[in-house]
Amino acid sequence: MGLELYLDLLSQPCRAVYIFAKKNGIPFELHIVDLIKGQHLSDAFAQVNPLKKVPALKDGDFTLTESVAILLYLTRKYKVPDYWYPQDLQARARVDEYLAWQHTTLRRSCLRALWHKMMFPVFLGEPVSPQTLVATLAELDVTLQLLEDKFLQNKAFLTGPHISLADLVAITELMHPVGAGCQVFEGRPKLATWRQHVKAAVGEDLFREAHEVILKAKDFPPADPTIKQKLMPWVLAMIR
Amino acid sequence: MALELYMDLLSAPCRAVYIFSKKHDIRFNFQFVDLLKGHHHSKEYTDINPLRKLPSLKDGKFILTESVAILYYLCHKYSAPSHWYPPDLHVRASVDEFMAWQHAAFQLPMKKIVWLKLLIPKITGEEVSAEKMEHAVEEVKNSLRLFEAYFLQDKLFITGDQISLADLVAVVEMMQPMAANYNVFLNSSKLAEWRMRVELNIGSGLFKEAHDRLMQLADWDFSTLDPMVSQKICEFREKYL
Repeated sequence: MGLELYLDLLSQPCRAVYIFAKKNGIPFELHIVDLIKGQHLSDAFAQVNPLKKVPALKDGDFTLTESVAILLYLTRKYKVPDYWYPQDLQARARVDEYLAWQHTTLRRSCLRALWHKMMFPVFLGEPVSPQTLVATLAELDVTLQLLEDKFLQNKAFLTGPHISLADLVAITELMHPVGAGCQVFEGRPKLATWRQHVKAAVGEDLFREAHEVILKAKDFPPADPTIKQKLMPWVLAMIR
Repeated sequence: MALELYMDLLSAPCRAVYIFSKKHDIRFNFQFVDLLKGHHHSKEYTDINPLRKLPSLKDGKFILTESVAILYYLCHKYSAPSHWYPPDLHVRASVDEFMAWQHAAFQLPMKKIVWLKLLIPKITGEEVSAEKMEHAVEEVKNSLRLFEAYFLQDKLFITGDQISLADLVAVVEMMQPMAANYNVFLNSSKLAEWRMRVELNIGSGLFKEAHDRLMQLADWDFSTLDPMVSQKICEFREKYL
């Protein structure tokens, strides 16, 4: 049995893994784990990944979670072009630096922006106080500024003149608040230009395909009470 | 030009970098950036790292932040024995997996205990509500359960028979609540035994030295705490609690 990827393109880290695998022609069997149906919380999926999260990778008997670990694994196993994760010590360190930083910063801000602005009120039918929303969007703003000032600066891509894993992880995060209707790139010409560079490097079609689900998230029908009850504890823990 | 490491051993990520560097006889200048005095907000330090976080590394003109990135960098540059970051594809992936997971799932809950049990009461004079405390403790217990069940399992170390960067990062995080007199190792003999193995492997002397400042935090005179640091702590309280 070949490589299997357990994904839901609603999830930012899943999008990064999906784009990377497709872009590099890595053959894999796709298993969709539908988050808004709570499939990740099922016993069946727990057999694949006891941590009940996506993305998950299965390669024969080997199971791996955490998108950053999965991306690094695929990079090494499939010998992708060097620029994704350069051999050069310092260039590589820059990518590691971004991949480490983003977990509790951009990741968190983008996730909260999606849920507070859209998923809670529209999908779960739970109101979010204006103060909470304002605070979340303000935090996103601060994080976006850090992304520009500390990482992007005046470069074409986050860690240098070429695309790397860092850009892929970052762009898929930013599409989360975009899916919620946040104008992330308005008034941020540097970020907007960077987005164009990343899209061109990845390929417009692949980029569009990977982001179809998140861009349609606003049209998700409201969750029925059973699903809502099932998902709430997971959502609350996830966006804390 | 020697390596510069900007650290305060109150911070778990700093301890990981410190221990690794000392263990491998990496020559470095210890640039002490005193968190309690707010030195991470000084112009001198923000010129090094505008994110105002520790640790930072300076190697000639090259500046690097994020302890995980720094550990990988030091491992490669100084050719540490391969078990620290094993070359086998699957084993290396399991180190990466822990290093990614621990940011949100481990570091944050462990830190919170220190904030809630020690720092906030000492700074504001108010105890944190029992409910909040219970919630934070539950988070830590949950993370530890996952750590044991998924990462450590029945192995000697996370990757198997030998210590790796993952164990180092895990152990310094788990030591953080000690500052607030909360010993996570009391509830699980498996964890306690693993910790002993890691400590012995690192060297008890080095381990103790790295944790001295943390263990003395409760005795520190908080009335001398830099006002900006107090303010940041209150902001942290608003954001996470």
